[in-house]
Amino acid sequence: MNLIGLYNYWIVVVLMMIGFYVVIAHENLIKKLVGLSIFQTSVFFFYISMGKISDATPPILDPRFDLYSNPLPHVLILTAIVVGIATTALGLALVVRIQESYGSIEEYEIQTQDTQDQMESQLEAYGFRKKHVLSIQNLDE
Amino acid sequence: MIEHLPILQVLIPLLGAPLCLILRQPRLVAMFALLISTLTFMVSCGLLQQVMLHDVLVYSLGGWPAPWGIEYRIDYLNSYLLLIVSAMGAIVLVASQTSIARELPRNRHMLYYTAYLLCLTGLLGIVCTADAFNIFVFLEISSLSSYTLIALGNDRRALTAAYQYLIMGTIGATFIIIGVGLMYMMTGTLNMYDLAERLPAVNNSRTVLSAIGFFIVGVCLKLALFPLHLWLPNAYAFAPSAATAFMAATSTKVAVYVLIRFVFSVVGAEFMVTVLPLQQIFIVLGVTGVFATSISAIYQLNIKRLFAYSSVAQIGYMIIGLGIGTQLGLTATLIHLFNHALMKAALFLAIGGVVYRIGSSQLSHFAGLGKQMPFTMAAIVAGGLSLIGVPLTVGFISKWYLVLALLEKGWWPLTVLVLISSLLAVLYVWRIVEWVYFTTPRIIIDDVKDAPLSQLVPIWILVIANIYFGIDTSLTVGISQKAAEIMFSVGGMF
Repeated sequence: MNLIGLYNYWIVVVLMMIGFYVVIAHENLIKKLVGLSIFQTSVFFFYISMGKISDATPPILDPRFDLYSNPLPHVLILTAIVVGIATTALGLALVVRIQESYGSIEEYEIQTQDTQDQMESQLEAYGFRKKHVLSIQNLDE
Repeated sequence: MIEHLPILQVLIPLLGAPLCLILRQPRLVAMFALLISTLTFMVSCGLLQQVMLHDVLVYSLGGWPAPWGIEYRIDYLNSYLLLIVSAMGAIVLVASQTSIARELPRNRHMLYYTAYLLCLTGLLGIVCTADAFNIFVFLEISSLSSYTLIALGNDRRALTAAYQYLIMGTIGATFIIIGVGLMYMMTGTLNMYDLAERLPAVNNSRTVLSAIGFFIVGVCLKLALFPLHLWLPNAYAFAPSAATAFMAATSTKVAVYVLIRFVFSVVGAEFMVTVLPLQQIFIVLGVTGVFATSISAIYQLNIKRLFAYSSVAQIGYMIIGLGIGTQLGLTATLIHLFNHALMKAALFLAIGGVVYRIGSSQLSHFAGLGKQMPFTMAAIVAGGLSLIGVPLTVGFISKWYLVLALLEKGWWPLTVLVLISSLLAVLYVWRIVEWVYFTTPRIIIDDVKDAPLSQLVPIWILVIANIYFGIDTSLTVGISQKAAEIMFSVGGMF
């Protein structure tokens, strides 16, 4: 049965959708990153299983074998894994700094604080000025 | 030496970035980064001159011939993009020196320049390479460094903007590798010119269709096509001003290049019209994008955000040109790539100059600055006029060719829509003019004067370029026409 024969693609698609769903649906910034990692990992699986050829050996030259798996996708995905790690690390570093400056890593709470900032600057623009001294520090607050 | 120019283009900034970390001294690093980016600019000028002599430069990395090794291939389109990216990279760095010194704490300066050079490397690499997977790698180099550049911004909202961009950008990049992987499965090659030869044989399989779908959606996320643009306004608004100027002038342009290269060189223009309804999708999204984001731009209170929205609108014009699918349409898109880079670099650098003096990019804080900062504000007005498309500026040239391309197709209603959308640009530029020249400020700050000379000079070089290339179009139009012609010639690239 072809559907079972292609089971590696089923795994890839299911993992991909789980990851994608987590990225979209979760409010927590760390959980979003976890979802992103799952999403990327599914692509790694996709590339790795793509290089497999039925009845072939690992690509190590040996006179006894003449059919080898394709090593190129594996090499490619090593690069993609490194990129994935860099992305996750950068994302986590950002989350640490978001936690430091907002005191929360829930998207909703962050948005509420941002909207409040926005409202204040809007009020200021229409004349309800609080601060009279202009400097970078004051505008940050 | 000359034959190694394609790799030097990428190698010089790539090696310069870690050296910045070693040098550490803020002033030294700034000068060094400027030197590196000037060298890069000279290399891209050399490449353009070589391309004009030989038409195509092919460089095999490590001496491995093309289908096995990675190949760099520079033709008119590539060298044109390289020129845009490296010129903007160099000129923004001149203004960065003082702007960054004011906006970032001292210990972060070298990080800024390192990330900046890495971003430049990534963008130049995407343009140089002819290998589909290599595009992904360079795309991630440039994206990761732009997340860092955005997160360096002073406001805490810079962090959330960078995070949001990271999520969207990674999804886009992953879509791109899914697309590349599916194409590799069907053809067994990653070289774009090989792909172009082998794809037609398997064109109707569902795998290739989904590959193309994934790839295009991924690239459209990166270039901030209208419904996928949500990461862009905040990222541009809260990044350090100089970083915004650099990203606005280069990164979306490079993503547009990837889309052009893929649609016209790899899958072919007629595929876009016959098999997938890409033409309709591009035109509909382009037009709605232009209107929706221009209208949002009118209501912005932060001037950086205002121009960020207008950037998305300008990308809409580029996509309309691409969607027309004729040689003239592509020429219009290519001309607008260059012209939009000039306008937005000038505008964001000028805003950077204001932020340098008053520490804010709120529109209300711009009240009355027309008298206090005459040269900086004149630059913003000149950039704004160019954005609207007033004759004698580059914006006019872009609009002119876009309208010509639409009329060639006989699409009257679209032409009218494009012209009406220019009026929306008049509205948001007028809002700025009104605040700057006709509003009396509530408090007058005495010591505000024009931006320092190190910023005014690059700003005015860009403004003069905006006017010069609006009058003498031989360089931009000439190269664009040549590049578009090559894309439409038989086989697309040989």
